Amino acid sequence: MHILANPTRFLRLARPLTAWLGWGGALLIAVGLSWGLFAAPPDYLQGDTVRIMYVHVPAAWLGMAGWAGIAAASLMQIVWRHPLAAVAARALALPGAVFTFICLATGSLWGRPAWGTWWEWDGRMTSMLVLLFLYIGFIALADAERERGGEGRLAAIFGLVGAINLPIIHYSVLWWRTLHQGQSIGLTRSSIDSSMLWPLFISAAGFSLLFGAIVLMRMRAALAQQKVEARLRRMAA
Amino acid sequence: MSHWPFIAGAYAVALIGTFGLAGWSLAAMRRTERAVESLKGER
Repeated sequence: MHILANPTRFLRLARPLTAWLGWGGALLIAVGLSWGLFAAPPDYLQGDTVRIMYVHVPAAWLGMAGWAGIAAASLMQIVWRHPLAAVAARALALPGAVFTFICLATGSLWGRPAWGTWWEWDGRMTSMLVLLFLYIGFIALADAERERGGEGRLAAIFGLVGAINLPIIHYSVLWWRTLHQGQSIGLTRSSIDSSMLWPLFISAAGFSLLFGAIVLMRMRAALAQQKVEARLRRMAA
Repeated sequence: MSHWPFIAGAYAVALIGTFGLAGWSLAAMRRTERAVESLKGER
């Protein structure tokens, strides 16, 4: 991680990696979602609505992973003052917010036929909505600090403090009585049949790779923008 | 109640959101990297 903190070294790696992650992700998403839509069996209880799982679960995972990435980058910025850490945190924020929104919207579209309601103020859904508000707050704070020429330390502290919400989201289905189903996939075992687990795994891998490509593209754009601003300042001086 | 309109809606939200963001990020990256190259030429 320390090696990649050098922008020149990072760009040398990021340029080829962006295309590989982007095309690999798109291919895996096509395979995973086609499998989930047309080949995977319907659920014995929920019927075909279970197919929403192949977009909802990857979106939930990436919404949470995005904030975990922001928290890690924020820690690096505060402790080691890595030049790329603030750029990485800012690049993660918008994709994280978009996937959190996708998770909430697809969950709502799943809830209506499965539970008979679009929304319920239960622990899992409410804590996920809080995550979306945290993302919006982080984006606003980071932008404001950048406009004032700051290093983004306030946003970094916000990124670290906001990580408290991640275990709340994860354990919400255990801590509170909820409409949302409990944990189905663990590290060692899963209650989902392999005929559904494989397309879910492929779809999640595809969305994750594409998420990585999006973050790299946004980091490259931010670094290029810094170069443009620095060069314009030199030309004006 | 047919479940397919809900499934189609969920897939549309996910795919438009994901690939829309990817396309937008790609365009922004290309635009700024081209700006860096054009400024190099003005030196």
